[in-house]
Amino acid sequence: MSARFAVGETVTVRVAFPPGHVRTPFFVRGKTGRVTEVLGPYRNPEELAYGRSGEPALPLYRVIFDTADLWDDYQGAAQDTTVVDIYENWLEAP
Amino acid sequence: MAHDHSHGHPHDHGHGHQPHPFQPDLEETPLTHYQVMTQAVGDLLIDKGVFSAEELRAMLEAIDAKSPAAGARMVARAWVDDGFKARMLADVNAAAGELGIDAGGIPIRAVENTEGVHNVIVCTLCSCYPRLLIGLPPDWYKSRSYRSRTVREPRAVLAEFGTVLPEDVEVRVHDSTADLRYMVLPARPDGTEGWDEAALAGLVTRDCMIGVTLPKSPAA
Amino acid sequence: MSNERSEDGLLRRHHDMGGLPAGPVERNEHDYAPWEKRVDAILRLLADPKRGVLTVDELRRGIEELGPGAYDEMSYYERWIASVTNNLLEKGVITVDELGRRMAEVSAAWPAGTAEKS
Repeated sequence: MSARFAVGETVTVRVAFPPGHVRTPFFVRGKTGRVTEVLGPYRNPEELAYGRSGEPALPLYRVIFDTADLWDDYQGAAQDTTVVDIYENWLEAP
Repeated sequence: MAHDHSHGHPHDHGHGHQPHPFQPDLEETPLTHYQVMTQAVGDLLIDKGVFSAEELRAMLEAIDAKSPAAGARMVARAWVDDGFKARMLADVNAAAGELGIDAGGIPIRAVENTEGVHNVIVCTLCSCYPRLLIGLPPDWYKSRSYRSRTVREPRAVLAEFGTVLPEDVEVRVHDSTADLRYMVLPARPDGTEGWDEAALAGLVTRDCMIGVTLPKSPAA
Repeated sequence: MSNERSEDGLLRRHHDMGGLPAGPVERNEHDYAPWEKRVDAILRLLADPKRGVLTVDELRRGIEELGPGAYDEMSYYERWIASVTNNLLEKGVITVDELGRRMAEVSAAWPAGTAEKS
């Protein structure tokens, strides 16, 4: 599998708000995190949702965010994190 | 969120539309539109040979057979066997097979609680959960409140479950958005030295494998 | 298509609720009713790769397209069976005509009839 990003790399979630079956949550769009794992490839759920093949399969990344970066008024601890599994088509270099 | 208050259940038609023995407790309750739909859709799919009545029965039994106990067994084994723990952290499904547990084909990942990190699992987009290992999720896991707030204020949500973590612990929330399902491998409680696996498994609750609580304490 | 606008005018679909304000987590648990397990079993059988009638992705997309009222008006497995059924109709696995007839037969055969609530 040829993956665009590597473990440890900083990535930013693409800013787009299409309708349709998207598995990248609203709350991480435009946010920047770090790749902790590269998984897959997995077929694209945006396409599977309409009965299509979902191919070519995409690399899937575990991306860790500082939770305080995700919310303007985060009340937890500075070192808290949030990990989200994101398909490659939603990630860009920062 | 709407709760299901229905108490009736439709017939399980094995062989077409044969009348069923009268079951007073159940048949006095009217069916809802969606219960009627459920019965009709299942019957049509059987009639069309998409699956058989026997396959449906077997699947219902398989659903009932799954419970948190399978996860608890794995956690207990991981607590006493470092090699198993490493294999479980690498691949829950394969490690489950070592114990004779069928965790299904969807990859399940265990995330380990340590002194410095406490993990919590959520699915903000729907209700992804390691069902094939530990059974069906509780209603609250699928609720708007849990799905909305756990990523936003995990410590407040955990506090509602009676779990208060020190400020120097990292609370790590995993949003199950894709093809993996997640479970927490909690830390072994103090005061359990020398305990056998069955006793250890007794401390492992469903909620501590979701991450909203810690395992039961031996003192409790 | 069920949509909500965030304050910035950006599209947030109603099921995509991470971070939205909400009340305390009600620690509700209920034993799953037989009909609910039947819905789950039907979905698992349909989604089994050896049958490949429906994917979990299609189930989810179908639920998302039920509209924002679905979360307030329908229970969890009501949303599932609504989505499964819509998908089966779209795919032509069942027809509206035969489903309607079968549903009418199920209702008629049930001694207590059907409830007024959806």
